[in-house]
Amino acid sequence: MRYQQARWADDERLEPLVFELSKAKRTGYTLPPKAPSESNIPNKLIRAELELPELSEPEVVRHYTRLSQMNYGIDSGFYPLGSCTMKYNPKICEELAALETASSIHPYQDEDTVQGALELMYKLGQCLAEIAGVARVCLHPSAGAHGEFLGMLLTRAYHRSRGKERKEVIVPDSAHGTNFASAAMAGFDVVVVPSNSRGRVDLEALRKAVSKRTAALMLTNPNTLGLFEDEILKIAEVVHKVGGLLYYDGANLNGILGKTRPGDMGFDIVHFNLHKTFSTPHGGGGPGAGPIGVSRKLEKFLPVPVIEYNKKRRRYYLDYHRPQSIGKVKAFYGNFGVLVKAYAYILLMGTSGLQEVTETAVLNANYVMHKLRGVSGYELRFDASGPRKHEVVFSAEPIKRETGITARDIAKRLLDYGMHAPTYYFPPIVPEALMIEPTETEPKEELDRFVETLKVIADEARSDPEELRFAPTQTAVGRLDEVKASREPILSWRMYKRASKK
Amino acid sequence: MGHPYIPNTREIREQMLVEIGVASIDDLFSDIPEKIRLKKELKLPSQTSELEVKQDVQKMLARNKPFTQMLSFLGGGLWPHHIPAHVRSLVQRSEFLTSYTPYQAEVSQGMLQALFEYQSMICELTGMDISNASMYDWATAVGEAALMCARVTGRKKILVPELMSPERFSVLQNYALGPSLELVKIGYDWATGQIDLSQLRGKLGQDVACVYIENPSYLGFLETRGEEIADAAHKVGALFVVGVNPISLGLLKAPGDYGADIVVGEGQPLGNPISFGGPTLGIFACRDDTKLIRQIPGRLVGATTTLDEKTRGFTMVLQTREQHIRRERATSNICSNEALCAVAAAIYLASLGPRGLRELAETCAANASYAIKKLDTIDGLEAPIFASPHFNEFTLRCTQPKLTIKKFNAKLLKQGIQGGKPIEGEFPEFGETALLCTTELHRREDIDRLADVAAEAVGARK
Repeated sequence: MRYQQARWADDERLEPLVFELSKAKRTGYTLPPKAPSESNIPNKLIRAELELPELSEPEVVRHYTRLSQMNYGIDSGFYPLGSCTMKYNPKICEELAALETASSIHPYQDEDTVQGALELMYKLGQCLAEIAGVARVCLHPSAGAHGEFLGMLLTRAYHRSRGKERKEVIVPDSAHGTNFASAAMAGFDVVVVPSNSRGRVDLEALRKAVSKRTAALMLTNPNTLGLFEDEILKIAEVVHKVGGLLYYDGANLNGILGKTRPGDMGFDIVHFNLHKTFSTPHGGGGPGAGPIGVSRKLEKFLPVPVIEYNKKRRRYYLDYHRPQSIGKVKAFYGNFGVLVKAYAYILLMGTSGLQEVTETAVLNANYVMHKLRGVSGYELRFDASGPRKHEVVFSAEPIKRETGITARDIAKRLLDYGMHAPTYYFPPIVPEALMIEPTETEPKEELDRFVETLKVIADEARSDPEELRFAPTQTAVGRLDEVKASREPILSWRMYKRASKK
Repeated sequence: MGHPYIPNTREIREQMLVEIGVASIDDLFSDIPEKIRLKKELKLPSQTSELEVKQDVQKMLARNKPFTQMLSFLGGGLWPHHIPAHVRSLVQRSEFLTSYTPYQAEVSQGMLQALFEYQSMICELTGMDISNASMYDWATAVGEAALMCARVTGRKKILVPELMSPERFSVLQNYALGPSLELVKIGYDWATGQIDLSQLRGKLGQDVACVYIENPSYLGFLETRGEEIADAAHKVGALFVVGVNPISLGLLKAPGDYGADIVVGEGQPLGNPISFGGPTLGIFACRDDTKLIRQIPGRLVGATTTLDEKTRGFTMVLQTREQHIRRERATSNICSNEALCAVAAAIYLASLGPRGLRELAETCAANASYAIKKLDTIDGLEAPIFASPHFNEFTLRCTQPKLTIKKFNAKLLKQGIQGGKPIEGEFPEFGETALLCTTELHRREDIDRLADVAAEAVGARK
């Protein structure tokens, strides 16, 4: 199968910017009459001009439809982006989140008028708590990294409540970048522990790293190599023994649903990426939702309000009376629209469906691993014998040595075959890394085609490496000058006009 | 039968296992230590058909009363507006909806250009040169702004208005914990609610990283002396940060015109539903200044060309500030943001244009002014409690002895009206007071009805 992405363009540019399409006095909007009263806003506060584009509704619709056609989503095709869990997003979930009874309710409404919303959040919290094996879930955070930040604040509050300031958070060298950043943002010093030759946390190094200064260890399991940290119980023991907490980065939860639970592994705090594991779409970067779950001893520090249920009155309510709460990390109660989709997804899948998700996602990753191992140019790093969970990381170093073609070139060339690139150059402990997460969404045929295509690209690298350096060619634009874009940043229409004048 | 979302049926899975030489699915999980392997099934609802899920969730949500089916005067950080039908239909296009962060620029030009257009329109609205591609919400944007100002100035003191939104203040407190920033509240003028300038000047010094104001303020009044606040802040080398409701900027001066260095705000009213408080859209914009650009948090989309310089295109830029590269030295930990909400905002603003947004802002303000006039004439009610110009929100105080604002609201609710947000818990010094909001959704007859029911509730003669 070949691919040609839509390309709306003239000689020098793709579809014009919306500002370039503007014509005076056009509008795409109508308003009802205003009340017969003038506001008392003095003239000195009123603005003189505002440059926004002026377009009619059909022009707006065509412009953004064209832009959408120059964008690739999971509905377009295979999207094996490692650690991002690009799975199919059921359409029914969108339909439910768009209901007026979900989208047109205000967080400050009288509790009697939002019982359905509170019930949904309460029940979603219970489902997530069961899935992760934790005592309580807080739905507030907007994204995984936001959940991590909240988790770090809870860690601070926990140690402080015990009269101990602890300054260090330990993070493995294979961890997601957000772990380092979230710990630092909450005021912790980051201590990095190396991976061992099996691609897992080096237990000896961890033993040396922990101390009375250790506030927490942040860990994702399965890790970013797709490997299960099989010494997790020892890891937990080492950290707990010095009084530290165990934080679970839930980005890779799709690899263990119904098989094992972070809470049972010994984790004290867990975050979920609802836009990954629970299939709410990524929306080109967001919105997501990053709820966190905690063990009993951390419950009292959770942000306000907490949703409670009064059995006697059969009524859900928002509990603000939590004297040890850390306060808030986001206004209101969480990305409710996203929560509706995740809840619907859990109902659609149920216990058996979620288990099937994990089994198939893991099988698909292992299938790709097995097939790609036979392809010359790609090399499996770490623990060649053990199974993977949700993803597998290959190194393209052999191809690079042989032809000069990099993981990035290979990834870009994949786009030409109608497949999204895997995550590349991550985790940093694998040179020329290609991090592949096929998810349960892909049929065997597509996995075969993927492996076959990687083989074709390896052949192309040998026969015509120059050509590959210019890939992709079947996309709306060819390879972009990202270096120039960062060296002389043009970040808005204003800056663009200024730069064009120069 | 196969699962609707999982194409590999049991039979195919068996076949794949054979092909990779693994005896059973369980063998793929043999690396999970026996002790933590889940022995029993998760206690979750059992798998349900699409039809049943639809019916069940609909039924659950039917216990909500949407503000489209009653009269509601709630704002307070999220504001109800009409969303043109085409805005939703465009953001629901699955090429946008189901894409990941546009790391692969060549297949993601649509999202990248839409985000560049969003950034551009936010710059026009706020009078800034640079906007990021979104933060989680206004509150977290304030938190990030404080962190950024501390990094830029090397100072730790953040001055904020005493009447800022308590929810945003709580979030700011948490963001301030890491680098131990000191938050100092500036008092207000009792009559106008606006920042007390002499108090501000007294607290300004060489240790202040930034002065933050909200305009329109949380309680609806406008800060009329933006320039003076900016001058005072700049005089001591502090940055000036302004928080906004972007709809107001269809009518009001851009913060950039009165000296703001950073503008934050809540972008929800730009084409996004309120959805019980999220997804929201954090606005974050700043001036074109190298010191600021280096420290801005979040994703940025920039214009560039193809390597052969022949075609214009867009890509994410300055990623070396971000967590996936800079790790613990990143300007923020933010990764997933609110991109699709930003695209909705771009489509919304492109549809309204300058005139549409101006008329909308005027309508919101006129409706508030009309509501104020009607309510203030009722014995036992006072609106607003501050002698300042207001945009589309205002305070309403119940002066009737023995009638609390909560009881007053309960009386309204009995008549099918959701009143304003009670603020007597947040600011007890203002007595039995609520914060009300009007937008274009409120017709003249709606406001007349509110006034009638309110008069009845306080037992006033008309």
